[in-house]
Amino acid sequence: MTTPLLDVRDLSVEFPLRRQRLQALDGISFSLEAGEVLGFVGESGAGKSLTGAAIMGLLEPPGRITAGTIALQGRRIEDDAASVRGGEIGMIFQDPLTSLNPLRTVGDQLVETIQLHLGPSGEAAEARAIELLEEVGIDPERRSAFPHEFSGGMRQRIVIALALAPEPKLIIADEPTTALDVSIQAQVLALLRRLCKERGAAVILITHDMGVIAETTDRVAVLYAGRLVEEGPTADVIAAPRHPYTAGLMASTPNLDAVSVDTVLPQIPGSMPGLTALPSGCRFHPRCGDAMAECPRIAPEFADGVACHKFSAVGSMKGKGASNGG
Amino acid sequence: MADRPYLDVTGLSRHFDISDPFLARVVSGGRKRVLTAVDDVSFSIAKGQTYALVGESGSGKSTIARMIVGLERPDSGRILIDGQTAFDEAGGQAQDNRLRQKLQMVFQSPYSSLNPRWRVGDILMEPIKAFGLIRERGAQRRRVDELLEQVGLSSPDAARFPHEFSGGQRQRISIARALASNPQFIVCDEPTSALDVSVQAQVLNLLKQLQRDLQLTYLFISHDMAVVRVMAHRIGVLKDGRLVEENAAGDLIESPQDPYTRMLMESTPRFAGGLR
Repeated sequence: MTTPLLDVRDLSVEFPLRRQRLQALDGISFSLEAGEVLGFVGESGAGKSLTGAAIMGLLEPPGRITAGTIALQGRRIEDDAASVRGGEIGMIFQDPLTSLNPLRTVGDQLVETIQLHLGPSGEAAEARAIELLEEVGIDPERRSAFPHEFSGGMRQRIVIALALAPEPKLIIADEPTTALDVSIQAQVLALLRRLCKERGAAVILITHDMGVIAETTDRVAVLYAGRLVEEGPTADVIAAPRHPYTAGLMASTPNLDAVSVDTVLPQIPGSMPGLTALPSGCRFHPRCGDAMAECPRIAPEFADGVACHKFSAVGSMKGKGASNGG
Repeated sequence: MADRPYLDVTGLSRHFDISDPFLARVVSGGRKRVLTAVDDVSFSIAKGQTYALVGESGSGKSTIARMIVGLERPDSGRILIDGQTAFDEAGGQAQDNRLRQKLQMVFQSPYSSLNPRWRVGDILMEPIKAFGLIRERGAQRRRVDELLEQVGLSSPDAARFPHEFSGGQRQRISIARALASNPQFIVCDEPTSALDVSVQAQVLNLLKQLQRDLQLTYLFISHDMAVVRVMAHRIGVLKDGRLVEENAAGDLIESPQDPYTRMLMESTPRFAGGLR
């Protein structure tokens, strides 16, 4: 078997407080091949941004990785993310203005990034900067303009150019289009996907929007309250979601195709639990319409792309004895 | 037919002066610059129905909402609410408490639109007292309990503060506050944009149920075509301050006429579409 580009095993993140330790991520495992677009989806508090931050080594103290491994092309990076951050792993955040230096022209910022990571001469770096701007659809003539002179969508294109400049192997994009209008969102997502495919760079796309997942990603990982609940090829998950949370998330998303003003939207009762009040067993069970006797008692193992008793040995035995198999 | 529309807006316009300050203009020789935020917009809403204004940022949808509730003064046009003049060019803005009581607004952010130092009970009590709807204290409290139950909360919640609630619950409190003055008309300005999808569905369903139970008329402001599809009887599409298309919701979604409407719909992510 070949080594995957990124391999994350049993990643756990905790926030130690005075009296207790809050477990924000619990045993997240996934891997990613070159050129693949993996989506992380879930609602606020699911742990999707935290997963991205943990990979990049950008956890806010006192948050820390307490277990698990992160390997980029077989090399462990969980203790040394700074060595790959901004180089081998590029980042795109929600608000492009905070990612750009307001006091320097976009051309300067691109040239600096290219020289820092790839080290060519000034002229070669300048030429490369012009190429990158053209690729993201910004007129290279505008490279002497400052970030505030661009619209939100154009700024995010510039951020994409900056992220691609060091020729990264992986780009982590955390809600890159949430601040943009829908028409611009579609363009920016299509651009990100195309440029990464052309370069063979992998993408982790973090979003709360199942529609964005459906239209942009190859595979999807669904997170709930710090645990991975479902993972698989996007087309399969969208066509037939297995975990009740995935199904609920999709059903409750208003959809242009299927509804009218007379439809009652299917809704998931309650809301995502906070870290201080995580339910026992399966963390989704208080909101789950399919909850069974074992759901509040035993956390389902993640197996075969889903973590739910409906699909595990425990579930199929309908709770005959408390088997720990999963 | 002969039925009078509940809200009737005619020729509404609003301009903003975006020129540099006077002295800077004199020094640089710059001219006055004017931004037309809302340009000759007319529409009407039938009683008990929802009209959605949809558009991207800068389209003028929130400015229209603010002019209708009286938070912003139109430059020209006329606003009739339930046959009563809320604004016309000659008479200006109506200062009528009975009109104020009929219309309420639910804002986008449930974090900034509730006073953090007030208990939920006091927040809901204020409109009741301000409009002098109920005088007796016991009856006021019973009304607060009733309002909380109407939006899916319970009477002990009246003693808590807004920060003790989740985003979705806070938006329920905002809706309860809007209902407190027994309004007939509620302007909802992106009421679910700050919420998670599963919670958004709860709030949208609640708004629809309240509309049926209380015969409410809604003006629903949104940037999201899919949300508008679920909520609206009629849809108006705004671009740069102008209504580019307006129709019954089903017809507009099924056969959009304006290229801008089509573009908005094509850009809305869907499950069925697959990869672009």
